[in-house]
Amino acid sequence: MATTADSFAPDAHHGDDHADHKPGFFARWFMSTNHKDIGTMYLIFAIIAGIVGGGISGIMRAELAEPGIQYLGFWVDLLGGTAGEAANLHMWNVFITAHGLIMVFFMVMPAMIGGFGNWFVPLMIGAPDMAFPRMNNVSFWLTVVGFFSLLFSMFVPGSAEGLGAGTGWTVYAPLSTTGSPGPAVDFAIFSLHLSGAGSILGATNFITTIFNMRAPGMTLHKMPLFVWSVLVTAFLLLLALPVLAAAITMLLTDRNFDTTFFNPAGGGDPVLYQHLFWFFGHPEVYIMILPGFGMISQIVATFSRKPVFGYLGMAYAMVAIGVVGFIVWAHHMYTVGLDVNTKMYFTAATMVIAVPTGVKIFSWIATMWGGSLEFKSPMVWSLGFIFLFTVGGVTGVVLANGGIDDNLHDTYYVVAHFHYVLSMGAVFSMFAGFYYWFPKMSGKMHSELLSHIHFWLFFIGVNVIFFPQHFLGMQGMPRRYPDYSEAYTYWHEISTMGYWITLVSLVPFFINIGYALLAGRNPGKNPWGEGATTLEWTLPSPPPYHQFETLPVIEDHHDYHDHVSTPQPAE
Amino acid sequence: MGHLFGRMKVTLLALLAAFGVLAAPAVVSAQEEAAVEATEEAAATGGYERMAPTPGKGMPTDPRSGEEGAMAKSLTFQDQYSDLGIYALGMHDYILLPVITAISIFVLGLLFYVIFRFNRRANPVPSKTTHNTAIEVIWTIVPVLILVVIAVPSITLLARQYETPPEDAITVKAVGYQWYWGYEYPDHDVEIVSNMLSDADALAGGEPTQMAVDNRMVVPAGVPIRLQTTAADVIHAFAVPSLWFKQDAIPGRLNEKLMVINEPGVYYGQCSELCGSRHAYMPITVEALPMEQFEAWVVEQGGTLPGAEAEEAAAEGEGEAEGGETTEVALAN
Repeated sequence: MATTADSFAPDAHHGDDHADHKPGFFARWFMSTNHKDIGTMYLIFAIIAGIVGGGISGIMRAELAEPGIQYLGFWVDLLGGTAGEAANLHMWNVFITAHGLIMVFFMVMPAMIGGFGNWFVPLMIGAPDMAFPRMNNVSFWLTVVGFFSLLFSMFVPGSAEGLGAGTGWTVYAPLSTTGSPGPAVDFAIFSLHLSGAGSILGATNFITTIFNMRAPGMTLHKMPLFVWSVLVTAFLLLLALPVLAAAITMLLTDRNFDTTFFNPAGGGDPVLYQHLFWFFGHPEVYIMILPGFGMISQIVATFSRKPVFGYLGMAYAMVAIGVVGFIVWAHHMYTVGLDVNTKMYFTAATMVIAVPTGVKIFSWIATMWGGSLEFKSPMVWSLGFIFLFTVGGVTGVVLANGGIDDNLHDTYYVVAHFHYVLSMGAVFSMFAGFYYWFPKMSGKMHSELLSHIHFWLFFIGVNVIFFPQHFLGMQGMPRRYPDYSEAYTYWHEISTMGYWITLVSLVPFFINIGYALLAGRNPGKNPWGEGATTLEWTLPSPPPYHQFETLPVIEDHHDYHDHVSTPQPAE
Repeated sequence: MGHLFGRMKVTLLALLAAFGVLAAPAVVSAQEEAAVEATEEAAATGGYERMAPTPGKGMPTDPRSGEEGAMAKSLTFQDQYSDLGIYALGMHDYILLPVITAISIFVLGLLFYVIFRFNRRANPVPSKTTHNTAIEVIWTIVPVLILVVIAVPSITLLARQYETPPEDAITVKAVGYQWYWGYEYPDHDVEIVSNMLSDADALAGGEPTQMAVDNRMVVPAGVPIRLQTTAADVIHAFAVPSLWFKQDAIPGRLNEKLMVINEPGVYYGQCSELCGSRHAYMPITVEALPMEQFEAWVVEQGGTLPGAEAEEAAAEGEGEAEGGETTEVALAN
């Protein structure tokens, strides 16, 4: 055998010095064209945005611990406004808006796609970098500027009541047009334009990279599932985000140039905005979870020492979820006055998504079945993911029923549902991915003990926060309320206690990062053993600044799960 | 407690009716109950008097209240006081909830099984199985079947929710404003504005805080109401959880939906679409009264009642409409 992936040993014996020549600090981090550096910046950015967005959840949970308005006035004063009843209540709406937008656009998306996608798609397909390295950098800085635009919006007038955009992350007209005359909403919308443009550029970059830069012999059906998940996600981004861009541009012109796209006084329709928003918004929720699916597949296979069960089914289930995700949007709008046939269609179409999702859940379990499971940190987070995502998924089936949703729409049941799939689904997969790849990215091994403590505290915390919210929702507690009737106090109190547990769980997480960076041992090429078969584990940790200058070759006898097999004895 | 049991029985019967086991009795018994109460109250008062809410009816349950079963009641939906609500709640309690609980426990069970059976100590040599067409087909088909089982009552529920109000239904137009509700009764020339009561005033009246209003939306019980919603400024949503009713109030649109409240009572709801700073402070209180008292209320508000003859005709029409509805339920099965 000549050069094959089997005997491939990149940069092991030549060119390390040359390959690892890094530019100076400014050029390296501010003019970066290196997918790993950009991925690292995305991850750091996502952690910072997550701290801001998660901090806002803390403010909200503290406020909701009991009826009445307790702390909002303090925050109004702190952020430069004048406390007063109206300003305090407006502050609440600014918080819910900022929390939603930050978590969706500046935490989950940058971490999943920008961070892990950038880092590991080129590594897993055996490419030296992304297809458009400079555009990659543009994507990142657009996202950063978008984040600043959103933060800035909190300090300029939003409505008659106070500073900041209090429209909710959905930015429904006419609350976001005639209802919020100040410039804050313009800044919030602009922030979505910027980060949206960044994501569209990123999506084209990923699609081009995956289609054109796979190592010789790596056919689409030999790609790791994480790469599949990013490919599907990139298509969703590419098709969905322009619709959002159009919708929010119409908002801007309605606000500033007297158009009436969403204003009935001029023949427009507020419901049109909702159709456009959710045509983007529903694929968006899959954009946030699909890369997580991919990561969980890699991790479960690695720690079961067994190839993924039903690889093709897994890949095409994601494709199916992506496709069907585009034709179910109006289930977010069951109460706007849809006609009966429309509502029946969206009910049926929405339930269909449960089928490919079920295929994925069962395939993960089948992957573990007969395996040799090792409960390292990425694996426990993945197991947590599988169960909690299932819980979030089945409440989705309840909400899919248009007639049932008539009662649950815009209640805490919905809040509980989407936090189970995001705050637990997406976030658990991100922590799983983080612990899986952190040794690879940093070249430092984290503490398994601390990551297990982190897992258990976080697992308990988020369940205590969100499980009682199902009860609140069924009892009728509406979303986006800073204050509530006495009867809802009990479960709100418990939910807030859960937040404090979750907050404490982050202490071991950050200590762990600090410990690893300062004192972690080098994990070598592959700390996870024979189950880790994708190409990133053939490289040193951290990988060289430029990898795969000699492309690895995936020969015919390789399958999707053995890009790296035991070196054959020389003939 | 007996009352609660009665309600549970009604729910169960309604569900059985849905599956074609039984048809009319459940609905009839609920209506009879309502009629009896109505007559008694009408005899007692004569004119309109602001109705005191019944604890636990039409409002959320406080698990700390110490009442028997309060904790259990706080874990699920509010008791339902419309046929649609009873049907929908039955569908949730007897189909959706068992199915989703079973699926979650099944997945959890499988996870525990693989954790204990296939960990590295118990199973040091992993198998290399990666395909099994039979099981893949099964785990695709079985969820499809489960979804079909859910879809049948779900689609039925949707069809019923879209029943058009009969021609003689009483029209109430709820208009959302920042941040209060206005109720217009075009048939009776009544218009009222409904603002939230302060916590102190609510408690003084024995009402739940942040849900009570000064002027309630008063409607007759047991007859069809054509509830229309719209809004004057931004989108609001008219929602009453104990009537399984939620409809957005959108500027430039007039949404309409049939509301039939089975028995007199006070039913609380809240605005359910983000509408600005005081979104949390524009609650909805629906007071359902026997027809005579509703008419007394209309008179007190300075409204006009439809002519005596027309009224009689309307009353007959309503009777027929209700009868018709019951028959339809029976026929549908």
